[in-house]
Amino acid sequence: MYTQALDLPQQNPEGRPPSLAENPAWQAEFDAKIDAGGFIEPKDWMPEAYRKTLVRQISQHAHSEIVGMLPEGNWISRAPTLKRKAILLAKVQDEGGHGLYLYAAAETLGVSRDKLTDALLSGRAKYSSIFNYPTLSWADVGVIGWLVDGAAIMNQIPLCKCSYGPYARAMVRICKEESFHQRQGFDALLQLMQGTEAQREMVQDAVNRWWWPSIMMFGPHDSDSTHTGQNTRWGIKRISNDDLRQKFIDATVKQAEVLGVTLPDPELKWNEQRGHYDFGRIDWEEFWNVVNGHGQCNVDRLAARRKAWDDGAWVREAAMAHADKAARRAQAAA
Amino acid sequence: MTEMAQQTTATSPGHVEYVMRMGDNALILGQRTAEWCGHSPVLEEDMALANMALDLIGQARMLLTHAGRLEGRGRDEDALAFQRNEPAFRNLTLCELPNEDFARTMLRIALFSRFQLLLWERLLSSTDSELAAIAAKSIKEARYHAQHSGDWVVRLGDGTEESHRRAQAALDYLWPYTAEFFIPSAADEAAAEAGVGPLWSTLEADWEAAVRPLLEEAMLSLPAPVPFRSQGKFGRHSEHMGHLLAEMQYLQRIHPGARW
Amino acid sequence: MERKEWPLWEVFVRSRNGLDHKHCGSVHAPDARLALQVARDVYTRRQEGVSIWVVQADHIVASDPDAKPELFDPAEDKIYRHPTFYKLPDEVNHM
Ligand SMILES: [Fe+2]
Ligand SMILES: [Fe+2]
Repeated sequence: MYTQALDLPQQNPEGRPPSLAENPAWQAEFDAKIDAGGFIEPKDWMPEAYRKTLVRQISQHAHSEIVGMLPEGNWISRAPTLKRKAILLAKVQDEGGHGLYLYAAAETLGVSRDKLTDALLSGRAKYSSIFNYPTLSWADVGVIGWLVDGAAIMNQIPLCKCSYGPYARAMVRICKEESFHQRQGFDALLQLMQGTEAQREMVQDAVNRWWWPSIMMFGPHDSDSTHTGQNTRWGIKRISNDDLRQKFIDATVKQAEVLGVTLPDPELKWNEQRGHYDFGRIDWEEFWNVVNGHGQCNVDRLAARRKAWDDGAWVREAAMAHADKAARRAQAAA
Repeated sequence: MTEMAQQTTATSPGHVEYVMRMGDNALILGQRTAEWCGHSPVLEEDMALANMALDLIGQARMLLTHAGRLEGRGRDEDALAFQRNEPAFRNLTLCELPNEDFARTMLRIALFSRFQLLLWERLLSSTDSELAAIAAKSIKEARYHAQHSGDWVVRLGDGTEESHRRAQAALDYLWPYTAEFFIPSAADEAAAEAGVGPLWSTLEADWEAAVRPLLEEAMLSLPAPVPFRSQGKFGRHSEHMGHLLAEMQYLQRIHPGARW
Repeated sequence: MERKEWPLWEVFVRSRNGLDHKHCGSVHAPDARLALQVARDVYTRRQEGVSIWVVQADHIVASDPDAKPELFDPAEDKIYRHPTFYKLPDEVNHM
């Protein structure tokens, strides 16, 4: 679903040694292409730092999609109607698809999915910290669709025009699917808000828990972002964290009114002069705590991913063993 | 399904039960299969398993909606899925058993989809036009399920030592439950009488003819026959069913009358 | 960690009859049958296709980007190959 922690420093998970020699003429050609708003394709020459940054960004994004299947997946077996069950299952499946498109894009940069998976499972790679919060009620599913997928869409639309072709194309595909995600979430919440007192309380409680983490998804303030300048130069970050966050908040306030829920920020107020909503101070200490592994679900999320991977090892092995056997048999018969 | 094709009166109580049983099979196996979402051995298989679960849940919705109309007591798909207790569910016991591992999961789908496929084929010409329309849509899904799961059964049976051992264990565990498919029932008699659908007992030979070559190709050996007959389709389920329903029905049960 | 990663397959989808197959991404699969099945599950969940090709990525031969000038520039001055090269009278300009 999502890209947040894009600017977060970390070790690179990939294996390919920098095999491309730096070359001023190629560099100039690369720069000119970027400046002209063109695309870089997998076999084109690119600076090693550009490649590394992309691998980090795309794989963090892919990991986020995959880990992001877990919090909502928690409610598939308990969805309250068969229609909602089908919608939720399709939505969570889409997130798996997003992860898959993105791993494929990262692989064009010369790093295998197994390597990237290993980086995630070993805890070296980051993923969006929003998924380290628990889903405590059915309303969380709706609120995640509305706020978390909503924030993701804001973040991702500019990436459809990012300079690396395979990433941009994956993002186009993803963005098409995300609008279903946000709309189904909002629709589920509308239904709940028209329901019983208990259902409305469920929604408000979920909004109270997810609002601040959602607006943290846009990442640190521009003044505190580490690589923003370089990434903007490279055309892999098009709009700043703060601008995107503001855009999201401005859009969401009206939606909250339609829904009839209160966003848990007493300082949220229209500012005539700025033409935007002002909002309260974001608790960055909380943000960094979760990023650094101290959210409620960090341990559980990784453990679930590890279990799926480890329990599946014999299946992946068996499939390869069978393919090898079949190939040998075909050869012997030929 | 067009309005015109909708059949709204049952030819007999057996007719209702016949359709309900099929809906319950799809629902309960869909619920089980969906448990894999996010936990599969490989991302590609997350997608495949979720697709099969979605197909099954879709079938369940159509079948239960239809069963509710035939029954004429005002129960819709959700009333039937979320407001009934264990004995009222008529699914095959096979569908409710835990997933256990990937081998059991795939083998179960392989065994069940081959049965379902035979049923859909016969139901294409059902006198219940709505059921015939559901069959026309579902038969394509069942074909894919049969192919995907069957391929996996072969890969696992003829893969590594471990995968073979697991596939054989899955077969040993599941096989006794397949006898239930073919136990004669009063609902079958009534449905067959009215041309709604075949007696399930008449599908046994065709099913075995579809299943045996698959198991052979997978190098799995058929367990010896046992006298045990599970009775899920008569409403007597395994211990697992209560847990499955407790989880699936929890929201509807604690918020009676709420809409979602 | 397993011994061997599943091979990568490139996926091409024909979105409807009359159109070319178009590259849309890739999947990992141990064999061609599964590659085709999961390509369908991954890339045609919303009826995006009527036909799928999968090709094992190793088997694709790609042009070398450094050879771009000799491969593609020669076409640059053959603008007469493009329909817009021809200015026709308005009455027939829809052709
Ligand atoms: Fe999403
Ligand atoms: Fe997504």
